[in-house]
Amino acid sequence: MQPTTNTSVISLPSDSVKQESASAPAGFSCPLPLPAGGRVLLGHGSGGKLSSELLQEVFLAALGNPVLDRMEDQAVLSLNGMRLAMTTDSFVVKPLFFRGGDIGSLAVHGTINDLAMGAARPLWMSVAFILEEGLQFDVLRRVVASMQAAADKAGVQIVTGDTKVVEKGSADGLYINTTGIGLVRDGISLSASQAQPGDAIIVSGMLGDHGIAILAEREGLKFETEVQSDSAALHELVGALLEATSEVRCLRDPTRGGLSSTLNEIAGSSQVGMELEETAIPVREEVRGACEMLGLDPLYVANEGKLVAIVAADAAEQALAALRSHPLGAEAQIIGRVTEAHPRMVVMRTAFGTTRIVDMLAGDQLPRIC
Amino acid sequence: MKYMDEYRDAKIARGLAAEIRRRSTRPWVLMEICGGQTHTLMRYGIDELLGNSVELVHGPGCPVCVTPLEMIDRANALARRPEVTLVSYGDMLRVPGSETDLFHIKAEGGDVRIVYSPTDAVELARKEPHRQVVLFAIGFETTAPAHAMAVLQAERLELTNFSLLVSHVLVPPAIRMLLQSPRNRVQGFIAPGHVCTVVGVGEYEELSREFHVPIVVGGFEPVDLLDAIRLLVCQLEEGRAEVENSYARSVQYAGNRAAQAAVEQVFEVADRKWRGVGEIGASGLRLKEKYAAFDAERVFGLAEVCAEEPSECIAAEVLLGHKKPTDCPAFGTRCTPETPLGAPMVSTEGACAAYHQYKRHLVTL
Repeated sequence: MQPTTNTSVISLPSDSVKQESASAPAGFSCPLPLPAGGRVLLGHGSGGKLSSELLQEVFLAALGNPVLDRMEDQAVLSLNGMRLAMTTDSFVVKPLFFRGGDIGSLAVHGTINDLAMGAARPLWMSVAFILEEGLQFDVLRRVVASMQAAADKAGVQIVTGDTKVVEKGSADGLYINTTGIGLVRDGISLSASQAQPGDAIIVSGMLGDHGIAILAEREGLKFETEVQSDSAALHELVGALLEATSEVRCLRDPTRGGLSSTLNEIAGSSQVGMELEETAIPVREEVRGACEMLGLDPLYVANEGKLVAIVAADAAEQALAALRSHPLGAEAQIIGRVTEAHPRMVVMRTAFGTTRIVDMLAGDQLPRIC
Repeated sequence: MKYMDEYRDAKIARGLAAEIRRRSTRPWVLMEICGGQTHTLMRYGIDELLGNSVELVHGPGCPVCVTPLEMIDRANALARRPEVTLVSYGDMLRVPGSETDLFHIKAEGGDVRIVYSPTDAVELARKEPHRQVVLFAIGFETTAPAHAMAVLQAERLELTNFSLLVSHVLVPPAIRMLLQSPRNRVQGFIAPGHVCTVVGVGEYEELSREFHVPIVVGGFEPVDLLDAIRLLVCQLEEGRAEVENSYARSVQYAGNRAAQAAVEQVFEVADRKWRGVGEIGASGLRLKEKYAAFDAERVFGLAEVCAEEPSECIAAEVLLGHKKPTDCPAFGTRCTPETPLGAPMVSTEGACAAYHQYKRHLVTL
């Protein structure tokens, strides 16, 4: 968003209709994001425009440095000729247990995936718990067992940790933070700033499963669905892809904010446009149905086991075949291409042959009222 | 949910669009009333399919958008009271009042909760008898029956901690005002299918006769809307002006009698302000005297909360179809969905927000 200081006044043509008023409240015509004295809103955690404003104007403004400023999902750090990847992520999902996963496995998968998107092999992980007074040991044991199973399966060791307990009411059951360290594959450097006109845009499978599985269990919204969270560790899928071709420019996992936020971020970082084919985007029938009912767009719904790959055009088919050869990428699709036209904008060619923008969300996607 | 697919079928849609282009001898000016319809037209690019065979202008039918500024301010004032739990539909939370919105009040500690159905609000009041639960009851004829049912249910449960902040508006008075305007350009209307499902088509027949204007009741999927546009163009080309129903899978002639009865029992017609438009006589609903105990404005004495709208916004021109959102100098620059200057940029169903969300790439800012 472009904050502006232009405050020219446009006169309102008169009409037979009675106008309500004339004067603008002070400050209304020139709103700036994150005003001094403002407060954090839920939308600042949505992964959309508000999140990116918070990042730019609070965190990067104070903490910025060349590594952080790259704004990738992981930091890549050079040490004695090695390139280490490091990432951290906090998990506050509600409910703690859902169809297809739980907060424990999610906390392991999420951090592994942020490493994998930087072409890193995940090696070690830390885990920090914030527990609410009164949490049942049974619940905690189930979560911890699930973490261990997920880490074992992925070949990652949990090597350090921390526990804090806060008063009842100060947390919602439990929160988890995980930090991961991995080793970046030799000769590969992925970045959201490397997309080039002509590149293919590939997704590794069906979109929106995780978000719908979570919403289906939310208080006041419960509905029956067969949809399961897609929560999974993607490092092996990434391995298969990177072994098949060296022409991958960028990998991202479209979590919060969904595919649209991820593609808008890449388009912004690379100063390119994107054109998607609506009919090529894989969305499960049940997810489409649930989105229909809730007034949501599956392109904005979170995934926890999918990746987006930007790949040079001549390697696209090879990349697609490599993804499809792995169970987690069996339903991969080429969904569009990177363009020189309309930089920083993601445009979709609809099933009708018309076009529309696929925008980043301002805040949380909210159900419509009628 | 597969049943929707035939109403989104690209081949059927293109066929209808071709027929409209063939039949149309000049660019007829048509207005879809409902914001949901506007959203579909933009999302599927129906305007692109039709070329210049018709000009689509976008009506005032977004309930979030037309809720007047002072009602938002009243909701905000209520949400700040320590004893009140303000219950709202999600979209209303980010609508800016004079100073702030409900999201910010929530962040400051106000008890603001999102519900998906008015019944949930009644249930909340029953479960939390020490809280004053106020439901922000906005919308057109579509949401009025559910709000009426909520009041009747609260009465049955003898709840003394449940009330409605009512901001209900009605579609036909807005169409009438539009048609009476000397600057009106609209030659045919797509009437809102969901509203007609509740109230039937009788009132629209009166309008059609009085102003000799074709009105077609339309649905919300692209094929529904193209069919409604086709019927309007046929009427206009043949010089007819009548009411036709292109949404018969939902709309019956007399509407839903049970829903109408509930509304009549609880509400009465009243003058209402429309955000961006101004006051329209007999264009809304308020709670009857008998249900004053459920009227938050009376329970909490909110009449003194008044507000004035910013002058830069051309919402009135847009909501009445005189101008397109992109005609506004503030569009996409000083006015965006994150920092809306006025009503139609606020909700995803507002005309300006729909243009901003789906059509920005075709506009030179």
